[in-house]
Amino acid sequence: MFIPCDRGGGSAAPDFKGFTLLMPAVSVGNVGQLAIDLVISTLDMTKVGYFYTDCLVPMVGNNPYATAEENSMELSINAEVYSLPSKKLVVLQIRSPFIKNKYRPFCETLLSWVKSSKCARVVLLSSSHAYQRDDEQLLGTPLRYLLTPDLEKAVGGHVKELNWKEMEKVAAYPGISNTEKVLHIPGGGITKLLFTESCSEGIQMAVLLKFCSEGDNIPDAFVLVNYLNEWLQLIKSEVSTSNNSTDPSSQWKIPSSWRLLFGNGLPPALF
Amino acid sequence: MATFFGEVVVAPSRAGLDEEEEAREETPEDREIRREIEKKREVEVLWSCAEELLVCSRFVVAIGRNAAAFLSSFILDSVCWEVVGVVKLWNEWCRTSSTTNVLPTDSFCLFYRLISDPTVLLCQCSCYVAEDQQFQWLEKVFGSMQKKGLQVTILSTCPVADYKTQESTLTLVSPFLKALKTKEFQEQVCCPLLEQPNIVRDLPAA
Repeated sequence: MFIPCDRGGGSAAPDFKGFTLLMPAVSVGNVGQLAIDLVISTLDMTKVGYFYTDCLVPMVGNNPYATAEENSMELSINAEVYSLPSKKLVVLQIRSPFIKNKYRPFCETLLSWVKSSKCARVVLLSSSHAYQRDDEQLLGTPLRYLLTPDLEKAVGGHVKELNWKEMEKVAAYPGISNTEKVLHIPGGGITKLLFTESCSEGIQMAVLLKFCSEGDNIPDAFVLVNYLNEWLQLIKSEVSTSNNSTDPSSQWKIPSSWRLLFGNGLPPALF
Repeated sequence: MATFFGEVVVAPSRAGLDEEEEAREETPEDREIRREIEKKREVEVLWSCAEELLVCSRFVVAIGRNAAAFLSSFILDSVCWEVVGVVKLWNEWCRTSSTTNVLPTDSFCLFYRLISDPTVLLCQCSCYVAEDQQFQWLEKVFGSMQKKGLQVTILSTCPVADYKTQESTLTLVSPFLKALKTKEFQEQVCCPLLEQPNIVRDLPAA
């Protein structure tokens, strides 16, 4: 599945042992994917390979993180892997939806790649339909987290200090009392499947998700990536001298491919 | 979300994953139906030449009716080119057959070889290859080739309305050419490269 980039000089396949794998779920508002774009763009991560898979709709374009003429000509496809060894971080970006009936095989192959490449843990960025929240969820923070039992043992304490809210389980049969509680992540794409599989296979996985709706999801992406940053500290949140508050939003670099997200310029003849 | 008439419908999500599909466990009947559908949607590549593997140094693929028509009008003729293969497939949009005697209005996918240099192959693919068939098409076609310094050129068209640009597309002079190339392609490209945020999808992307 994973094909390393040929960087020349006879370099061997990259080693991800002990790394944190950060990846998105293709979910409502594409928030996870947008947040991953911010991470890759801001940390100027290097592409180290891609996934050769028949599970995602094919697409190709030029470098979405191009900053100048010189680096704008590298081809980019639907599932690519970037790395930053200094932070022991490897990032998978997924750029297209799953082909019908193919999301399960993708999850299986992905998890077996996680195991074979010996990544220490996986952090999955996702989102869920805001309109499906219950009364309690409508109040307070729209951000939630989940930890597999193995990761709970490792970082549970640290996460508690961050005062984060765990994703609530819901009744399997709403309206009927005394039913079992199950995890339900509507609009989350493969989030629930990956999480439940990771629980049963002993993989250390964290899910960070935001309740949102389809629309302009750029602000949601910023909120989610700042949430991630509270834990992983990927960038320093500088204290702003003007109002003495910590707002790292301005330190995330928006990639050049985010231009024209909502269509072209207007024809002058319209007016 | 509420629609114009007041009923509430589920808004289509860019997430692309069908919730119904996810929630339901597959029964043996479902599995059987799925297998039957998969068999029906299988892509068959039929070669009329004797060789097991076609040696190929240049492969030009024209995807879509416009690109296929371009090849018919300017390149192909019955003197210099011979038909060596055909793709047989079915999907909701089209069905191709194994006949090589096609009309321009048919849906077809044919392979031609230059008689004077049999390592030069052309493909005219005017049929729509569905998402779940693109990878199969790719593997079966390229799997039949013995690549010898292979250079692949893909020709296709997209509506101007899909082109993302700062100005309005109404003021753009069309048609116009854009290209994407791999870093291994060292020759001069005859037109500007496709700028972000434009992308290519479907079979040309695959």
